Amino acid sequence: MRGIPVSESETGSFSQRKRSSSEKLLDKSFKAVAISLAATVAFVLFGIFLVVFSGSLESIGRYGTEFLFTSEWNPVTDKYGAFTAIYGTLVTSLLSLLIAVPLGIGTAIFITEDIIPEKARYLIGLMVELLAAIPSVVLGLWAIFIMEPFLRPFFVFLNNNYSWLPFFNTEPLGPGMAPAIIILVIMILPIITSIARDSLNQVPIKLREAAYGVGATRWTAIFNVILPAAISGIAGGVLLALGRAMGETMAVTMIIGNSNNFSWSFFSPGNTIAAMLANQFGEADGSQVSSLMFAALILMTLTLLVNIFAQWMVKKLSLKY
Amino acid sequence: MSNYSIINSRQLNYKNYAVRNILNIFLTIFSGIFTIITVLPLILVLGYILIKGGSQLSISLLTELPEPPGDDMFSGGIGNAIIGSIIVTSIAAVIAVPIGIGGGVYLAEYSRGGTFSKFIRFGTNVLAGVPSIIAGICVYGSIVSSKIIFGANFSALAGGIALAILMLPTVIKTTDEGLKLVPDELRKGAIGLGASQFTTITRITLPAAFTPISTGIVLSLARAAGETAPLIFTALFSFYWSNEPSSLLEPIASLSVLIYNFALEPYQAQNELAWAASFILVFILLIMNIFARLLGRYAPK
Repeated sequence: MRGIPVSESETGSFSQRKRSSSEKLLDKSFKAVAISLAATVAFVLFGIFLVVFSGSLESIGRYGTEFLFTSEWNPVTDKYGAFTAIYGTLVTSLLSLLIAVPLGIGTAIFITEDIIPEKARYLIGLMVELLAAIPSVVLGLWAIFIMEPFLRPFFVFLNNNYSWLPFFNTEPLGPGMAPAIIILVIMILPIITSIARDSLNQVPIKLREAAYGVGATRWTAIFNVILPAAISGIAGGVLLALGRAMGETMAVTMIIGNSNNFSWSFFSPGNTIAAMLANQFGEADGSQVSSLMFAALILMTLTLLVNIFAQWMVKKLSLKY
Repeated sequence: MSNYSIINSRQLNYKNYAVRNILNIFLTIFSGIFTIITVLPLILVLGYILIKGGSQLSISLLTELPEPPGDDMFSGGIGNAIIGSIIVTSIAAVIAVPIGIGGGVYLAEYSRGGTFSKFIRFGTNVLAGVPSIIAGICVYGSIVSSKIIFGANFSALAGGIALAILMLPTVIKTTDEGLKLVPDELRKGAIGLGASQFTTITRITLPAAFTPISTGIVLSLARAAGETAPLIFTALFSFYWSNEPSSLLEPIASLSVLIYNFALEPYQAQNELAWAASFILVFILLIMNIFARLLGRYAPK
């Protein structure tokens, strides 16, 4: 737009009014309120760190790094080591990720390609998002009473035939790491699927047309053109899901068995940091509280690292079309 | 036309048994199977909740108090848990929505991409990734154990604060993103007419972004209402009604904690009640989710 020249006589018809001081005050105070509300986020974040860190100081001083590598957890003798829980957190989240990533990305591809009619694709996408809306505690209830009894024959089969593997060498008796991994898969699938779907949808249609134009089949185009173009968003979603799996509490608490005895077997009860916190924090006192806070600090650090890495990765990998 | 097809027919024929075509079909079927595996849990979970929980639906379920565990014949209703969930979630909303919208307004309307706003955006993402159990522990450590709120330890307020911590990042993000979608012409137009920034935001941009913001708030409310982990050390549980103002400072029942507590009881009657509560909870949450989606779709443009 070009500036319109205003002649002297025309400006005279404007009645210039300055904003009243109350209007100015309102404007300034609104800005100040908005800034302080934004700062609340930082305040809350520091508060959480401060509470958890100051709570765990005693335990950090007493056990140090030993806490990370011993698995004895005994409130009677006051000896605490979180190895079982840390191992459980890492193993359940990584294994569930390993299962959920191909499933989620496969589903995302299926509902972004034109394999089935648009309406059916929309319906599947909606169902995946509704799955994410089911609360963790309800999935835990379902896992206890329906999923675990249903899967047990399969676990028994693995135990009978492959018990020479240390991962399958205990008898499946109910709660354990294996059902916890399965329920985690169900919980993180919607995250991976919907983020992967969104990133695939954002790939410019030109790339796809160009790939088809030079004779690529559907899957050549997907593997060589579309997936690489969407990889930043997908990788971010996968890492986000990893963070969620690490911090997931209720369903895992209900199905993992909450045992601090270390075992390689996926069929024996185990523990994760989040499950341990949910289970013991209510009744803990003295140095157990401090040790649980230490475990919480470890969990926070792990999820924080994963989240930061996720954000960094999205920036690093994003292609400029 | 016919000449053309004669010349190229050999090259242009689709070869059914070419490796690439077989691989293509194989992978398509595979992705279809993956999709079925992904969707199956939703159908199974909803199906079982409908069968095991929906069959128990009755007036007394919705209006009576739960019985303490021990009686295997009769488990009562979940009336106080429904009310409790609504109260705790409302407290969370009252805290998180103004803070979140204010923060989002700052990020979208005032910030100029400086260090502070970058830090707040980063902090919002980090806060969104904090496990919900940590929020519970933090509120326990800072509010419950110190009895800082009128000497109350486990209370509905503490539970609401814990849920608010979880809602906050979602509300900020949706406000921020919703406001960014508002065309800049609207802002320029308002400023050009002489409106102050306060008037521009409250009269023009916030109303224009009403739909995405309210969708985000409803979704975050639905998420908060289903959370359990932050409540088990903060709001605890109660077998009584919470119908007086003073009960905000007392332990309060909620559907999610009821499911958790009663699922782990050895009594079948309690387990049945957990299924019934799951049915009600999932029903409410799905309604909220669908409402949020309709809000986005049918909102006036």
